[in-house]
Amino acid sequence: MPAAAPLSHHRRRFLLETARMAGGCVVAGGVLAYLARDARALPAEALRPPGALPEADFLAACIRCGLCVRDCPYDTLTLAELGVDGAATGTPFFTARKIPCEMCDDIPCVAACPTGALDPALRDIDDARMGTAVLVDQENCLNFLGLRCDVCYRVCPVIDEAITLELSHNARSGHHAIFAPTVHADKCTGCGKCEQSCVLPEAAIKVLPVRLARGTSADHYRKGWEEKDAKGAPVVEGIIDLPDRLPGPGTDNLAAPGGYEAFKPAFTLPGARQ
Amino acid sequence: MTIKTRYPTGQEAIAVKGWLGAHRFLILRRVSQGFFLFLFLMGPWFGIWWVAGSLSGSRTFDVLPLTDPFILLQGIVAGHWPELTALIGALIVLAVYALIGGRVYCAWVCPINPVTDAAHWLHVRLGLQKGWQRKKSTRLWLLGTTLAVSALTGTIAWEVINPITMLHRGLVFGMGFAWALVIAVFVFDLAVARRGWCGHICPVGAFYGLIGAKSLLRVSAVNRAACDDCMDCFAVCPENQVIAPALRGKPGETPLILSPDCTNCGRCIDVCSVDVFAFTNRFDNRVNDHEQVADKAA
Repeated sequence: MPAAAPLSHHRRRFLLETARMAGGCVVAGGVLAYLARDARALPAEALRPPGALPEADFLAACIRCGLCVRDCPYDTLTLAELGVDGAATGTPFFTARKIPCEMCDDIPCVAACPTGALDPALRDIDDARMGTAVLVDQENCLNFLGLRCDVCYRVCPVIDEAITLELSHNARSGHHAIFAPTVHADKCTGCGKCEQSCVLPEAAIKVLPVRLARGTSADHYRKGWEEKDAKGAPVVEGIIDLPDRLPGPGTDNLAAPGGYEAFKPAFTLPGARQ
Repeated sequence: MTIKTRYPTGQEAIAVKGWLGAHRFLILRRVSQGFFLFLFLMGPWFGIWWVAGSLSGSRTFDVLPLTDPFILLQGIVAGHWPELTALIGALIVLAVYALIGGRVYCAWVCPINPVTDAAHWLHVRLGLQKGWQRKKSTRLWLLGTTLAVSALTGTIAWEVINPITMLHRGLVFGMGFAWALVIAVFVFDLAVARRGWCGHICPVGAFYGLIGAKSLLRVSAVNRAACDDCMDCFAVCPENQVIAPALRGKPGETPLILSPDCTNCGRCIDVCSVDVFAFTNRFDNRVNDHEQVADKAA
């Protein structure tokens, strides 16, 4: 190629310019990626609207248009403002303690979302999982102190399912009951009504993101009693049922298969009371 | 160059056409920018919800969806296939800007445009050097970078700093510290790079430029024979590299400004005292060159 010599000068310039531009873009892109990743950290108080995709997917799907905010009849939702709210700028969220979700039957925020960042597959608001309520402070919860506040239980839109009052003995007074507000995560939508209405200056029950609120059971764990019920027989064939220790005087107060009365220990400790 | 180049830009046009005539498209543009912002403010200010949402996505009269195609594209690259509403909205926007010129968005709708125009006005008033001037292709590189970062992080990356939607959302929903970004753009254009943000950096403008690369609506230097080389159009044009091929075209070359960088702002039409420029369509290759012919014959 005779034209190679005069071309090389241009080619060098082109390559140099391209390399320079690419380098600049790597730097700019790095800064942008850092900012974009940084924006993925959603503060625990900021709850996403009903039907919101998991946070990582949500940030790819939400175009920050604000239509869900506009269609929320209770002004629950707001768009995060730069440097003021912790959520990614322009994305919708709500703070349960300020204005909780009223769980509209027609879910207007989901209907408004043009991209599906709020999943249109959510048809029944009771299936929403905006978070999970957790009674975070038993030491200050009035019910746990033995009083009958019950406010979180009363306001719960899924009363007696998402929050129940579990009775237990009040050891302090000795003759009263404790009505412990107890959240059942499989029913809790995370609407935040309980947190908003907690009468304490700082709520003892709070809606947390599910990732913070819940543990997970290991995949290989099986509950023996459930497995046994399902099978209708001991899970392991020929298992020996050893005697269970029962409350009562002494340390050898045992119940055996075939009945307590019939059971005779093989030996008795010297001086042990029978 | 003629002696007229020493006059302040547009002086000649004001003398010939009057102040209004020499600022026609500038005024129209400001009205348009105000109008599109006001549409979004009617809801929160007066409870008239003709338009709800923001520039990134909106709903007009409860039926017409509009979506920013660049934001949606970042979302798709980041791994989310959007619902039909957003796709239809983006297609409508694409179709409209493909017809009237993608960068019409920059000149007639974008709320950052008045900010950078103000910065440029002050820049000229203070007689500052033009400063850091990267190649015009920088914004295309940044466009690619933005899409790459979206794909890598799985987020709509440019929305983390996009001053356009930050300012618009700020005015319509609540500002937060978004004004700091707006000031940053102003200072960048004033002190760092003349016409820097819109002309070299903004990947949104780059994207809209690509959309409108084959747009129907174009400015034509139809009367280029009448040009008296006052250079005012070069002085006011935010993308003045687009003018020369049309204005200085040899006979037989098109008088149309075909560069996708042209924002169809119409300022060249305003400041030209001899009315060289006019809006037309991209198939109108007409040149009024009878004067030129007459000159040559003389």
